[in-house]
Amino acid sequence: MLKSPGKLNLQQQEQRTGWLLLAPALLLLLLVYVYPILRSFWLSFYSQNLGTELKPLFAGLDNYQRMAIDGRFWESLANTSFFTLVSVTLELGLGLGMALVLNQAFRGRGVVRTVALLPWALPTALIATTWTWIFNDQFGVWNDLLQRLGLIQTGVNWLGDPGWAIWTVIAADVWKTTPFIAILLLAGLQSISADFYEAHALDGASPIQSFFQITLPLLLPQIVIAALFRFAQAFGIFDLVQVMTGGGPGGATETVSIYIYATIMRYLDFGYGAALVVVTFAGLGLAVLLGAWSLSQLRRGAS
Amino acid sequence: MANSARSTAPRLGLWLAVGLILLLSLAPILWQLLTSLKTTADITAIPNVYFPRQLTLEHYIDIFQRQPFLRYMLNSAFVAVVSTLLCLLIGTPAAYVLARLKLPGEQIILTGVLIVTLFPYILLFLGLLELVRNFGLANNYLALIVPYTAINLPLTILVMRSFFQQLPHELEDAARVEGYSTAQMLLQILLPLTTPALVTTGILAFIAAWNEFIFALTFITRDSMKTVPVAVAQLSGTAVFEVPYGALAAATVVGTLPLVLLVLLFQRRIVQGLTAGAVKG
Repeated sequence: MLKSPGKLNLQQQEQRTGWLLLAPALLLLLLVYVYPILRSFWLSFYSQNLGTELKPLFAGLDNYQRMAIDGRFWESLANTSFFTLVSVTLELGLGLGMALVLNQAFRGRGVVRTVALLPWALPTALIATTWTWIFNDQFGVWNDLLQRLGLIQTGVNWLGDPGWAIWTVIAADVWKTTPFIAILLLAGLQSISADFYEAHALDGASPIQSFFQITLPLLLPQIVIAALFRFAQAFGIFDLVQVMTGGGPGGATETVSIYIYATIMRYLDFGYGAALVVVTFAGLGLAVLLGAWSLSQLRRGAS
Repeated sequence: MANSARSTAPRLGLWLAVGLILLLSLAPILWQLLTSLKTTADITAIPNVYFPRQLTLEHYIDIFQRQPFLRYMLNSAFVAVVSTLLCLLIGTPAAYVLARLKLPGEQIILTGVLIVTLFPYILLFLGLLELVRNFGLANNYLALIVPYTAINLPLTILVMRSFFQQLPHELEDAARVEGYSTAQMLLQILLPLTTPALVTTGILAFIAAWNEFIFALTFITRDSMKTVPVAVAQLSGTAVFEVPYGALAAATVVGTLPLVLLVLLFQRRIVQGLTAGAVKG
């Protein structure tokens, strides 16, 4: 059937309105998300620091060559990877457990769900001061509890010890973001039909068997989505570390984002900072692509 | 009898798990609250004094009188409210277009919106810092309002889009027959229906804006203009020799209070919004 000219006109008009309504959002996203990344990419081929009187001078791949032998960068990358791997794994495990509990029917469930959500909503920078206080070496309640239980004799300087410091940040991060994962997984649990479980139970399966044979496979897409989200956020962690340890002691908790921030704001090395941004972006992008690809494979397998 | 005995053990386990969730979620917050109400002598007592021997409001008086904490709260509120409203204003029409109209390149835009939700802010701050300098926006709230509006746009677009997709097409068809233009229909027919979804999205955007740290730390250096997270974080850094634990605790309690209230009042909506935003991806 041929479209009448009038109809085509209406459609064109609709499209024009559509683009007009879309334009402010698109422009803002381009300005705040796309421009800074492109700009960093461009700047990463220049030297712009105190040595060049903060003027950009073309430097080719100098910044990237410097990064290859920059021990502090590799150390911060190792710290970031360790932090991300440990905290996201813990959050997924605990979040799944929390979701399973919150999915049960019990009196006061609404209240418990509200309380469980609280840590996620609170400002990270403020929560960081709370955990700093808990792990305080002199007056901290964590030392006090462990001493009362007889697990340690004298107070430990958790934040000031190169071995322990990263674990204090992990504890704070796990506390704050497990609820986020639990909420996502809870929504997934609620979408699984009870019929599956009844049929499975009739076949004589135990609850543990149905967890592994029904719940986990059907929940897998949500788990991957939550992991992807959390992975990206944890990899770029800044506020928690900045407030709790500032990257110390002796760089033991310095993550890539702390190093980038110091490079730019403290050492005023914009060119090198830009190169660090680009490499972090590329690494993160690669990991996310891998995650998204495995998600699409999962979905294809499911359908 | 046998039946009840069999169901008691899992029941007990469930209540234990529920108790553990409550304890772990609340303990750090309550500890901070208790600290804020203790005298400095109790705060620095060894071994720890768990329950204050004497309740005091001195730390609260301290942050409001010796620190301009009310000012910080108002700063945060201003930036968060303005950026949230802007975000809804810009994001809702965009969400509608992506839900209903068929535009070429729509899928690319949606994918792009999803991808940018994964960008950590540290990747953006160098480019934005340059923009802030070039436009002379240091110590100007536009330097926060513009990025906050943008970082909340993806979630707004995703949540509102899933809401629009659930609306029946008949409404718009009827409006079209009546001769409404797209903009008129959006304003006069759909907007009243979207109020609940706007509230949900608005709460999420407000929380994110209130909590943002790195841009606020970098672009606002004048003390009287600081937002709560930065002000509190620097409170612990200002005193080199004696950290004001009590004041810090009081500031944390006051700074989190608006968000605690939001969660208590709107828990269900927040959960809906978060899942709508994430699961669509």
